[in-house]
Parts: sequence; C-alpha cells; structure tokens
Amino acid sequence: MSNIVGIEYNRVTNTTSTDFPGFQKDQDAKWDVENFKNTFDVKINSLDEREANFDLMHIDTSVTNAFRRIMISEVPSVAPEYVYFFNNTSVIQDEVLAHRIGLTPLKVDPDMLSWVDNSLPEAEKFTDENTIVLTLNVKCTRNPDAPKNCTDSKILYRNAHIYARDLKFEPQGKQLSTFAKNPVVPADPDILLAKLRPGQEISLRAHCILGIGSDHAKFSPVSTASYRLMPYINITQPVSGESAEKFAKCFSPGVIGIDDAGKAFVKDARNDTVSREVLRHEEFEGKVKLGRVRDHFIFNVESTGAMTPEEIFFKSVRILKNKAEYLKNCPISQ
Amino acid sequence: MSAAATAMPHAALEKDSAFESLLKPVYKGKKLTDEINTAEDKWNLLPAFLKVKGLVKQHLDSFNYFVDVDLKKIIKANELILSDVDPEFYLKYVDIRVGHKSSSSTKDYIVPPHECRLRDMTYSAPVYVDIEYTRGRNIIMHRDVEIGKMPIMLRSNKCILNGASESQMAKVNECPLDPGGYFIVNGTEKVILIQEQLSKNRIIVEADEKKGIVQASVTSSTHERKSKTYVITKNEKIYLKHNSIAEEVPIVLVLKACGIVSDLEIMQLVCGNDSSYQDIFAINLEEVAKMKIYTQQQALEYIGSKVKTVRRQKLTTLQEGIEAIATTVIAHLTVEALDFREKALYIAVMTRRVVMALHNPKMIDDRDYVGNKRLELAGQLMSLLFEDLFKKFNNDFKANIDKVLKKPNRAMEYDALLSINVHSNNITTGLNRAISTGNWSLKRFKMERAGVTHVLSRLSYISALGMMTRISSQFEKSRKVSGPRALQPSQFGMLCTSDTPEGEACGLVKNLALMTHITTDDEEEPIKNLCYLLGVEDITVVDSDTLHLNYCVYLNGTIVGIIRFPTKFVSRFRSLRRGGRLSDFVSIYTNSHQKAVHIATDGGRVCRPLIIVSDGNSRVQAEHLAKLLDGKLQFDDFLRLGLVEYLDVNEENDSFIALYEKDIEPRITHLEIEPFTVLGAVAGLIPYPHHNQSPRNTYQCAMGKQAIGAIAYNQFKRIDTLLYLMIYPQQPMVKTKTIELIDYDKIPAGQNATVAVMSYSGYDIEDALVLNKASIDRGFGRCETRRKLTTVLKRYPNHTQDMVGGMRVDENGEPIWQHKALGPDGLGEVGMKVESGQIYVNKSVPTNASDSVLNQTQAQYRETPVVYRAPEPSHIDQVMMSVSENDQALIKVLLRQNRRPELGDKFSSRHGQKGVCGIIINQEDLPFNDQGVVPDIIMNPHGFPSRMTVGKMKELVSGKAGVLNGSLEYGTCFGGSKLEDMTGILVQNGFNYSGKDMLYSGITGECLQAYIFFGPIYYQKLKHMVLDKMHARARGPRAVLTRQPTEGRSRDGGLRLGEMERDCVIAYGASQLLLERLMISSDAFEVDVCNHCGLMGYSGWCTTCKSAEHIIKMTIPYAAKLLFQELLSMNIAPRLKLEDVFEQ
Repeated sequence: MSNIVGIEYNRVTNTTSTDFPGFQKDQDAKWDVENFKNTFDVKINSLDEREANFDLMHIDTSVTNAFRRIMISEVPSVAPEYVYFFNNTSVIQDEVLAHRIGLTPLKVDPDMLSWVDNSLPEAEKFTDENTIVLTLNVKCTRNPDAPKNCTDSKILYRNAHIYARDLKFEPQGKQLSTFAKNPVVPADPDILLAKLRPGQEISLRAHCILGIGSDHAKFSPVSTASYRLMPYINITQPVSGESAEKFAKCFSPGVIGIDDAGKAFVKDARNDTVSREVLRHEEFEGKVKLGRVRDHFIFNVESTGAMTPEEIFFKSVRILKNKAEYLKNCPISQ
Repeated sequence: MSAAATAMPHAALEKDSAFESLLKPVYKGKKLTDEINTAEDKWNLLPAFLKVKGLVKQHLDSFNYFVDVDLKKIIKANELILSDVDPEFYLKYVDIRVGHKSSSSTKDYIVPPHECRLRDMTYSAPVYVDIEYTRGRNIIMHRDVEIGKMPIMLRSNKCILNGASESQMAKVNECPLDPGGYFIVNGTEKVILIQEQLSKNRIIVEADEKKGIVQASVTSSTHERKSKTYVITKNEKIYLKHNSIAEEVPIVLVLKACGIVSDLEIMQLVCGNDSSYQDIFAINLEEVAKMKIYTQQQALEYIGSKVKTVRRQKLTTLQEGIEAIATTVIAHLTVEALDFREKALYIAVMTRRVVMALHNPKMIDDRDYVGNKRLELAGQLMSLLFEDLFKKFNNDFKANIDKVLKKPNRAMEYDALLSINVHSNNITTGLNRAISTGNWSLKRFKMERAGVTHVLSRLSYISALGMMTRISSQFEKSRKVSGPRALQPSQFGMLCTSDTPEGEACGLVKNLALMTHITTDDEEEPIKNLCYLLGVEDITVVDSDTLHLNYCVYLNGTIVGIIRFPTKFVSRFRSLRRGGRLSDFVSIYTNSHQKAVHIATDGGRVCRPLIIVSDGNSRVQAEHLAKLLDGKLQFDDFLRLGLVEYLDVNEENDSFIALYEKDIEPRITHLEIEPFTVLGAVAGLIPYPHHNQSPRNTYQCAMGKQAIGAIAYNQFKRIDTLLYLMIYPQQPMVKTKTIELIDYDKIPAGQNATVAVMSYSGYDIEDALVLNKASIDRGFGRCETRRKLTTVLKRYPNHTQDMVGGMRVDENGEPIWQHKALGPDGLGEVGMKVESGQIYVNKSVPTNASDSVLNQTQAQYRETPVVYRAPEPSHIDQVMMSVSENDQALIKVLLRQNRRPELGDKFSSRHGQKGVCGIIINQEDLPFNDQGVVPDIIMNPHGFPSRMTVGKMKELVSGKAGVLNGSLEYGTCFGGSKLEDMTGILVQNGFNYSGKDMLYSGITGECLQAYIFFGPIYYQKLKHMVLDKMHARARGPRAVLTRQPTEGRSRDGGLRLGEMERDCVIAYGASQLLLERLMISSDAFEVDVCNHCGLMGYSGWCTTCKSAEHIIKMTIPYAAKLLFQELLSMNIAPRLKLEDVFEQ
C-alpha cells in the first residue's frame, strides 16, 4: 500500500496506515526498533525562542499525535492559580481580573518547582518549593504634567493601563538564591490586564503553581502544537503553455515551477497549502493527483514563553517514554 | 477564542458622537472626492434619517406633542371652574407648563434618571399652571401653581438628557446609546407599548357572508365620548344602529330627521343617478312611507321615543330626538345651530357605501389593511389619562370651593388658591399608578385597559430596543383567527416582516421597521381652507344632484366638498406639501372606486420616507449625497428641498415605487431608499437573512432578545433585579448595516466562535453542541449574573425602627461562619464571597412595633437576617444605602456570580439555530487543521438540511474570508459581501474555495476522510443556564395544609410523580411500590374512626357519638383525611363503614 493520503475533490482516501501486525496475512509488519532507527529522520527547519518547525519522517501517526497531545495537555508549566485580593476598586471584577492574571504566561522553568500537595491543609500547602508569589500593587493618579485638552488616558493619568509587566515577583525563602539569576517575569510584558482611572487601585497577590494543560489551558506550555502532512503533487499528464500559468496559480506561490519548455513541474510541494483549487478546474481533470505523505509530519510548536519549544518537545518525548515504561511495568501487561 | 477584536464597552466612550463617523469626510474607506454612485450611496440617507429621528423617535415625538401641544388643548377644553353657589366666582386656567416656571426659561432641577432608578423614585417634573380667578371683586392672576408631577419620558424634550452630549450623559451615569422613550416609575423602567387600533372617525364597510349582512360602521371619538354608529342591512333594508337607540332605525327615517325630507333628494344623496344602486335602495323609501312618517318633526319624534337615556330632567320626545341626532349619532361631527345637513351627508355616504357593497361585494373594506390602522403611542395614552385626572382634580377642586363658598358670612375674602393644594397629589399618584401597574382606567369612556405598560426588558441591548419598537394589538390572543395575524402586503416597509413572537401572540405583536415614522395630530382647519383655495367646492353648498357626479374630498374621513378635477387637485396639493407649505405628514390619495380624494392629518398613521422620482429621474442626485456626506445637508433639508417625502400606507398604495434606480420607468413616482429597511432593528442583526427560510429569521428575532452580552455603557452602575452580562463580548465578524446603525457593534451580545460543522462523539445529537474546553478556559462564553436584593429599614408608629446589627463573633474573636461576609456595620462587605446559608444583611426588627415605647424599658429586637440561598456562592459587588422618596432607609445589595459555560447551557447562532452544550472536549481531542487551529464549537451537520439556513453558511464563508483578509464583512439583507468575492479571498489565502478544510482527528492524529466546513460564526449565549434551573430533592419543606411537598424550584419543591407516571408503575406491576412510597412512607396518617357513626374522632373518642365504644384505629393517607374534613365543612358527611377483609 502506498503511504500517500489521497486528496480527492470531495473526499480524503487512504488515511490510515496499515503496517501493523495482523493486517495482512503474508506480511509480518512487526515493529522493529532497528528498522525504525534506520529509517526515522528528523529535520529542523527553523528554531527560535518561541517557535520551532521541524519534520518527523517515517514514524507512525499514533506516536506523532501522542507528542502533539502531550505537548498541549501534559507538559507541566507554571501559572497563577490562586489570587488573593486585598483591594480592588477598579471596574474590573475580582474574578475576571484573576482569570486574566491566570492566563498570563510566565517565564519560569517548571523544573524549579515541585507539585503542590492538595491533601495538605491550606496553611501548609504553599512553600517556597512549589509556589511562586507575584504581587500587583498599583494605584492610578492624575498626571499633573499632562498637556491641556489631552484626551489620551495614558497621558492624562498615571497607571491608567495595567500590563502584565506590573506583576512583581516576590521571592520566598530560598527562592532568593534559586531565582536570583532568572527572576520570574511575564513572558509577554505587554498584555493588558486592566484599566484604571484616578483614585482606583488594585492590590493583590497571586500564587503560581505547577499544573498541566488538561487541567486548565493556562498550564499548557504551547499556544499551539500541531503538525501537517507533507503535501504531495503528482503531475500525471504534462501541463504546458498558458494553462501551466493557470495551473501554477492553483497552488501556493513557489510550489509549481515552469521550465524552459513552458511545462509545469513540482518545484516545492512543502509550501503548498493543499487548497484543492486545481481540482475545481475541468481542464486539469486527470492531469494531476494530489496527496499527502502519511508518515512525513511537518511539526510546528509555538511556545507561550516559559520554555523553548524544543524543550517542550523533549519533555513530551520523556513523558511518553515514562508512560510506556509504566505500561511495561504494569502488572496487567505482564 | 477567535481573532476578532474584543469590543470593550468603554472603549467607544472616547469618541464623541456615534453618528459623527458616519458623516465624516472619509467613511468606510470612501472619500468625498470618490465618485458618488447614487444607486449605492443613497443608503446614506438612512443614517441621516436615524440621526434626526432615532429608533424611538415615535415615542419621543408623541410625548413631546403631548406635553407641548396636547396639554394646552386639554387645559383649553377644561379651562373654567365655576361655582354653583357664587355666580360671580370663576377660575380659569390660562397656561400649562411641564418642568419649568414661566419666569425662567431654564428647566427646574429634576433628580437625574439614574438616581431615580437607584433610589426607587419616579423620574418626574412638576406641572405648573397659570390661573386667573376672582377673590371677592378682584380678578387675580397667579402664575406657576404646581398641580402635580408628571413622569417624564427619557430623552424627550422635558428630559435632562435631551440634546446632551456624551460627556454630559456620562456625568449623570447615563448610557449615550440608550434609546430612551420609557419612563422611570418607582425605580423601574416602564415602557408604554405602541397600541394598534382600528382608525377612529373613519367609515369601515364589513360583510358577514354567513348572515348576509353588510354594515358600515364608524367609531366616533372626541375628547368627551366614544361611540359607534352602524349603518346595517337587515332583510335587504338598511337601518341605522347605535348603542343609545333602542332599536334599529330605518335609514330614510334618519335622513328625514336630519332634514332631508324629500325622497328624491335622499335617493340623489345615496345613489346618485346609478340605476342599479337605486334599485337596491328603493325599498327603504317604501318602509318609511308605510310608517306614515313624512316630516322632519315626525322622524325626530320617532327617534326620540326610541332613545335610551338616563336624564335628570325629562325632555320631550322631540327634544330627545334632536339631542340624539345632534350629539349621540356620529358624535365626532359637531352640529351648529341645528344644521344637520353635514351629518345627513355623512350618513348618506355611509349608506351609499353599504349600497355599493351590496351591489359589488368587492367594495367591502379590509380591517387588517395597515392603512385602516392607527398606532396609539405613549403621548396619546398619557393625554387620555391626564385629562381624566385633570377633570377629577377640577371636580374635587370645585366641590372644595363650593363647600367654602356655601358658608355664610365668611370672615375674610375667600382665596381659591388655598383649596388647590389639597388634592394636588391626585394627579401625581394617578399618573404614577397607571404607569406602574399598566391599568388604564378612564372614567369618561368607561374604559378599563390592563397591560398597557411593561417593564423594560434589560436582558440585552437588543431586547430593550426591541421593546421600544413593539406594537401590541387589541385583538384577543386566545381567538383562533388568521386574518389579523397574517402578513399584510401593506406592511411592507412599515412593520418588520420577521419580528413577531411564536405561539399565541403570533402576528398580533408586531415591530416597526427601521424607517417607520408615526404621525402626530396636525391641525385640520388650515388644510380645509387650503382645499377650498385649490378648487374644492364646499359641501354645504353643493347641490344634492351633482354630489356623486364629481369626486368627493374627505378630510380625516369627513366629507368636506367636491372637486371637479381630482388629479390636478391631488398633484397641486402634493407639490405644496413637497414645497414645505404644509406639514410633511399630511397624506392625500385618490380612491377611484369610491370616487374620492382622501386627505389625512390625524395622528397614529405609519409612514416612511421615500425618494421622489420625477420625469423618470430620482430627485436625489449625486450632488445632494455629496453634500449629505459633507454635512452640508441634513435629512430634514432633503424633505424641505422636496427630494424625499413621507408616504403613509394609503398614499403609498397610490404610488408606483421602484426598488432600485435601474427599475425607474416613466410611471414610477418614488424610489426606495434602501430595501433592507423592510426589516426592523432586531431582524437587522441577522446576516444574509434573505438566504434563510423565513421562520428561522423569526426564531432569531425571539432569541436575539435572550442573548447575554453588554447592556449599556453604564451596566456596572446599574442595580437591576437580575442582569446577565458577558465578560468578553465581541462585535460580529459579519456585520450588517443595521448593526452599525443601531450600535450593536458597540454593545454586542455574542462571540465569534470558530465552528467545525461535523459530527463528533454522539453527544451532539438533537442540535447539541460540542465545546472546546481550552476555549472556555480562555474566556469563551463566560458570563456574569448580577442579582439585586432590596431591604427597607422601616419605621414604626411607636418610634421604633428596623436596624442593622453588627456581626456575631466566636470565642476567638473571629466572626461566626454565618456572619463571615459581614462587615462591622452588619452589611456584606464588597468583594466578599457569600455561600449558601451565610448572611449578608443582618437586619433586626423590633418585636413590638405597635405599643408605645413609653411602656417599655428597652426595645426588644428579633433578628430577621437576609440569608443567601443558592447552589453556588456569589460575591458581593455593590452595597448601596440610600433614602427612598418616603424617607425610609433603602439598602440594595448586588450579588455577582461568574459563570463559565457548562453542560446544558444554551447557545444560538444568529439564524434561529439554538442548541445546548452536549459535551465539553479537551483541546487535544479536537480536530485541527494545517495551521493547528482547533474549533471552539462543533456543530452537527444535521442542523442544516431541514432548517435551510443558507445564511449561516454564507456567514461562515464571509467570516472566514474576513479573518484572512483582516476585514469585517457585511451580510446586509438584500446585499452584503458577495459569495464570489469571499470564496476568492479564501483561495487567495490558500484555502479551499468552498470553505471546507482538511482536518486531522485529534484522537488518532489521522486525516479525516471528509472535508469539514470550518470557520467563524457569531454565537450568542442565551440566558437559559443550567445553574438557574438545576433542581433535585430527597426531602424538604411541605405545605402546611396538605402536608404534601411544596411546588417549584424556588421553594425547594418536590418533583411530581403524576398520573401518567403512576400509570406506568401500575402497568409495570409494581403497584405495591406505589403503596409503599406514596402512602406508607410518606403520607400515612393514623385516624380514629368510629364504626358506629362512620366519622372520625380523636384520642380514642368519638365526639359525635360521645363514646369510645366503636373507635377503631386505622391508617389512611393524610390527603384522604383532609378531604373528609373539608367535605364535613360544607355539610357533606362522608361516613366510613368498616368491615373485616378476612372473616374471623
């Protein structure tokens, strides 16, 4: 069976891989580590602080998808979970502000913290090992230097807009030394949390703890982690001349090239968005076959800022490994 | 959450006027220098119209007319108070004013509306009169006497918000987008709904085909009285019928009584020289001849003998007859100097209409035709009420004056002013009570109408707006008639074609369309004079013979003359109106079937503006629109220049109106401004409504009013009984022009959800939706409820009063759990969480409120705390302490609850497609596309085929294109962004043209085998939430009388196991279960039955037999015991006869 997912006009075919034991009588298809080691391939396309783009090739969908799922929901990260209000005279309600603070991504290495034990009583739950304390103490005042007939609230008042950067880290106990080098800051300092007017103030304290994305989306270390399959374009009959121009326009720019003879050829299928535009035009019927390579995943991981994307990916691998190990050692599986 | 910008309510405050942007040189990317296309840009007249008129202008106009004009008329009509005792005495009302004194032109200070809302007060202004009266021999003028307070309609010209700028509005805590048009009475906002009625003082011809009756009727309505006169057929003869005349009077006899004695003239007046009419009518002449009534005197005496009257002094039958003809029959025509000719002509015309209908059944009128309807507004209703109260006030005043004047030898000269203030409260309370209860009872007309006012629904901005344009009909809801409910072709452009409720009020409750205007009364006299100037021959001098040879001219239903050249007359009349020589709202039209020209100046007609077309050209040209955009011309200038005019339904029927400029041909007289104005404000929210099945639009109109969103810019300042607010409302990706015009984009109610139309998990059957948990975590569908609790600290006659106590503390000095939310003042602290069972106002009342305190050493108090009871805790948002109008301390506590969507919460798109949340799925389990986008909502595709909401699909495609393009797209009715353009944008951005994407399953990671329709759709969260409805009980409170569980969720009631459920259990064969559960372990009651008398005794003693001999103990249901006792109490003795089942 081919490993190309068929992209047809109104359906997708051959979506499931069949190389597992027992699918075909004569074929063994047993998973072989050595074989996998030889064929599996990773190609990194781009990598920076916030985003990573890499290819995983010759690996089963289930494994790749597991990475994706784990990155979204099981890689732990730190987020504000308990917000204690001392004063809030702004128009924004306590719950809403707490929700907004909760969703602010923080630059904390999750490995620096341990898990909070929920079985402990409230007073003993939070220690310098498992909790990071952020405070927000702001008061809006009039700006005496504001020019007359100015209407911009940012100039008219001081602290009219409260941003994520106004959240201040308060190291507790030994955090003074452990977090001395890299104090906790919001990953994106310009997130607007609230707006104030003169006389209003906010005073609160937030406890940030470790959590996972399946508990609440704020604990998810990725904005998104997903993959797409490598596009595959097969020109079965030559397309040339004017219709080649039109043919090229049916794909994303740079996907189809036109050679010296005016014949269209596949220059770079990777960039194609598989819009299926070419299938709409009668003149190209039967001349091209669209598909996607089933075991070639173009991964895209976008971090919220706490960790680098590659770290998140490696953690997902580790978690999957731990899960596999757990299953292996599980009494049921023996 | 999707990409669209969150519309923060306060963000828009920075800009000043809402309309400014519409009139700026650059509007929607169009510059002044751009070429102006009249065909497309004429819609700019609409914002200009709404700028002048506003959406609730009808209410404001009507109220303004009432306070400025009608009040003066009422004063004029009731100006004199005379004394029965002293003939010298008189008191005369000279002038009346609302809200300001005569000396100063500035308005009095009135408490601002928002303070009235908060303090449970009435937003009202004093009514001043100037009076002139005699004191002894002197005539005294007195100015600015306050006779009461009048509730003021918000944003009317007596309101402090009239003409206020946004910053002024903000200063008084008022939302600049609030439409106004309602009253605030005792702190609640009350709307007087528009009432639909059959037009007054007009002849309506009806037929009852079963009975073979044709009748012409006219409802006469004057300030004094209301009565109905019929001209009716009976045995092919024609009679006049009136409530105050005992039996039907032959029509010829009536005409003779009116002074038309000659049979020939009667024939001429009724039939003209049409022989077929003469044949039908001739029989009537015979009848009167048989009765031997020939003269006017005989006729009047005949009628006089039939009149039902209650009079103090007896009149002769002749006088009675004259009285009847002069005042009771067709009461709206006044008779001067016993000249009955005008009235005779009116009756003759009615008769002629009956004869015409007999001759040709097509000549009967349609009651449901919108041109035969009048809309009664707040001003008219207030005027009726005020006049009634004013008359009562004057009567009381007069009685008071008489009482004083009756006393002989008064020490000093009597000043009538001293008596005026005694009753001044009557008008104030009368107006307040009527508006707050909605019961309009008018003594003069013996009218009793309930449900005139309603509490303004503040569920969402749209629901408030929808209420202001609502029209309620006088028809009975329960009757199963289709006529009045049907969609009338004449509704086009006047009443919204979609917005009507479902169910019993369907078609009876209507809504105004976007450009509708409702007229107010105009002066009749100048129009009459104008008619004569334009060649109308006065009816009083017209020869009976020539009457029907020419066109008759009717002014407000009354014949005023004849015209020889009607077409010329009508066109000259119209050109005078277009030139601004007479009111814009006077309508004129020809009815060639009746050979009549009708002119109407009365109030309550619906009309709408149209562009005038002359010589095959639209009068509105590009230059005018350019000036409009430039701000050099206003909408009123368009009227004045004769480019645009108002047409009412009748005149519209007499015109040829082109929908688009391209349709103009020689016979066309008018051009529509914009076709989407057939819809109203509420239906205008729907994108692409012209692609939907029509009931879907109607459903959305009902649901749009239940959507949770922002309510007003002052929403956090309001303390309402119950308020739902959305935390992150967004303006829709696919807007309509109506949305911009009514500012829904500034106060939205919904969010743009990314929707995947696919089947998922099986928890999506029957329209259930699948929600993304991560979206909810990030704020999708979050809302807030705010609930108010009011407590009043009462004062008692013995000088004790309710008080609020401090909190109670335990041994450690900590407050006890119940008092945890309280502050030291005994009121809940702002920001505290209150859980079920906790107290948030620790009120105590004196145990003894009646006895004098002098007897008591110290006042004793009993705690009556306000306890919070709800399944979920709340937070205290605000605590308000104030003093109400009657000086009692008023405490309002606002409790707030933050809710995230949960299973069972109701959502709806803007296409009448509602659904509840069936399951909440983790993000990683949801399908994703190439970009990694995950849907917020998954909708089952089975929602589409039967509902045929193609508009929703178009919304999705346009929305998706808008997201990719970075633009907001339009889905305006009969217009909007074109599908080809939208799919083009999709393809340009590398998406499939159909809007269907290839998705990967989140669970297996493989590609889905079908392409999924995927994109943003605007979803509304509806107010029905599980948290407000969930209810279960194992045991709980019982009713005292029956000892059965209470009913309803609010009383923690039981869930009824009804008859049908009982039947199921019996059929299943588990009847013993019923016995056990319903009787033995719940309702069992042991009684002592006396086997001798069969009645129940107690404690082993029969009170009837006075013995304990035959007492037998047995167990029966308590309900049965109660039944026996209740039967006994009404003299029925149920006697129990006891026998052994098993013989011993």
